[in-house]
Amino acid sequence: MQSIVAKDLTKQFGDFTAVNHINFSVEKGEIFGFLGANGAGKTTAIKMMSGLLLPTSGDAIVGGYSIRTDSKQIKRHIGYMSQRFSLYNDLTIFENMQLFGTVYGIPAKELKDRIHQSLSKLKMDDQANSLVASIPLGWKQKLAFATAILHRPEIVFLDEPTSGVDPIVRREFWKLIYQAAASGITIFVTTHYMDEAEYCHRISIMAEGSLKLIGTPSELKQQMGVDTIDDVFVKFVKR
Amino acid sequence: MSEIDIQHINKRFGKVEALKDINLTVEAGEVFGLVGPDGAGKSTLFNILTTLLLPDSGSATILGMDIINDYLQIRRSIGYLPGVFSLYPDLSVQENLDFFAAMYKSSIRDNMNIIKPIWDQLLPFKDRPAGKLSGGMKQKLALCCALIHKPSLLFLDEPTTGVDPVSRREFWDILKDIQHKGVTVVVSTPYMDEATRCDRIALIQNGNIIEINTPNNIIANFKGHLCTMPTSDIFGLMKIMDRFELKCNYYPYGEHFHIVFYDDIKKALPAFEQFLEKNGRVHGEISSIQPNIEDCFIELIQMKL
Repeated sequence: MQSIVAKDLTKQFGDFTAVNHINFSVEKGEIFGFLGANGAGKTTAIKMMSGLLLPTSGDAIVGGYSIRTDSKQIKRHIGYMSQRFSLYNDLTIFENMQLFGTVYGIPAKELKDRIHQSLSKLKMDDQANSLVASIPLGWKQKLAFATAILHRPEIVFLDEPTSGVDPIVRREFWKLIYQAAASGITIFVTTHYMDEAEYCHRISIMAEGSLKLIGTPSELKQQMGVDTIDDVFVKFVKR
Repeated sequence: MSEIDIQHINKRFGKVEALKDINLTVEAGEVFGLVGPDGAGKSTLFNILTTLLLPDSGSATILGMDIINDYLQIRRSIGYLPGVFSLYPDLSVQENLDFFAAMYKSSIRDNMNIIKPIWDQLLPFKDRPAGKLSGGMKQKLALCCALIHKPSLLFLDEPTTGVDPVSRREFWDILKDIQHKGVTVVVSTPYMDEATRCDRIALIQNGNIIEINTPNNIIANFKGHLCTMPTSDIFGLMKIMDRFELKCNYYPYGEHFHIVFYDDIKKALPAFEQFLEKNGRVHGEISSIQPNIEDCFIELIQMKL
């Protein structure tokens, strides 16, 4: 089953084509890495797929809904987190999760149970009443991820979720991604860490608004005749 | 005399100890890297060294001047590229640069020699408002502005965070060029792979400096024996590893699995192979490799836990 199907997805800002007829699909439960240089069009593409921006032409079906006609439905069926915005610093951990869960319409009692389950999975039960401002960034990011999937979305978009996080917590974060994918949630993730690209089932590389490469990490390495995704990226961008 | 000499600096914000007894020196002509995750204390230390924030205790000299008593002279002598974009978005590229030059009673022409390689790349956009530049170009303009008064010491707070791998490399090439023109460079980064571009680095975590050395020495001081093996099911492998009895540390590393043995490798390696077979794990060839800075950082943090 496919979670995302993009068909000739295009976005123009004036004369500038930010996203140029991109086509791809992502399977349910897949971890799909979305790579590209700064300014390649990644953020614009993600904004369209999450129903925040209408395409100029083309369409994408996300969780069974068209981004052209059903953007409201899409917002209900996806989760989103980024490095820039994740949780409110002035609320406690519990309050943050309660706020996001309520926005997504999870019934109060059910929500309480889910929050406790998810905190105990992170071994953070005892910190439910701590202010988010007081916890280290790495923990914040793990918590933001747990919050983004509290409403059990079909797809979660992660925009540079591990930027600036220490190497140990980065790996713990990826463990959470794997668990979520194994439970059937589709993961759409961007990163500038090329070792993380290797953890994805499939990756794609965007440049100048077009989707230039797509495949499993080993396919792409073979195709470019190099040993690491870092080399694939460098070779590709420089050529 | 060292360009920077930091003695016992402490800084606390409420309950958070942002810096704990920091001691370090930076020598003239070095590229010195402060390497650690967000929240480690890198920006706090930068703010203290650039005289924007007072330490709770301890002292430091910059180019022989005291950070508290001589702060005005320090500000005239150093360049500082802050972690957040702080140029005027409504002024053009040229206007921003003119403005910063004027503030330091200098001019673009006077210091063309030092900024030329970067300025050449900015020239096609010189009339564009700074707010409308791409991320990479903004960073290059900010660097020009920080260099326009020819400082002998340049501070760069996370200049490459969120920048793609190719642009990151280009930025480091520019830093090397600046170093060759006689500027001492102090730079912070959360990217472990950039550590090797520095002459010396301090690894920083939770307000503590956990190591100061050359990248080569840090690698040479790695305590364990690092092995790597390719595997298609890294996270499946992670799940069974807590049943392996010998002392070791393990973590995914790209498409490879890294395992660090702390017992005699001649015994540990066969035991590990046996363990994999017993658990029905097909695996690729296990080979010994040299650790990189990320492996070292993981080992150093884990030894502290």
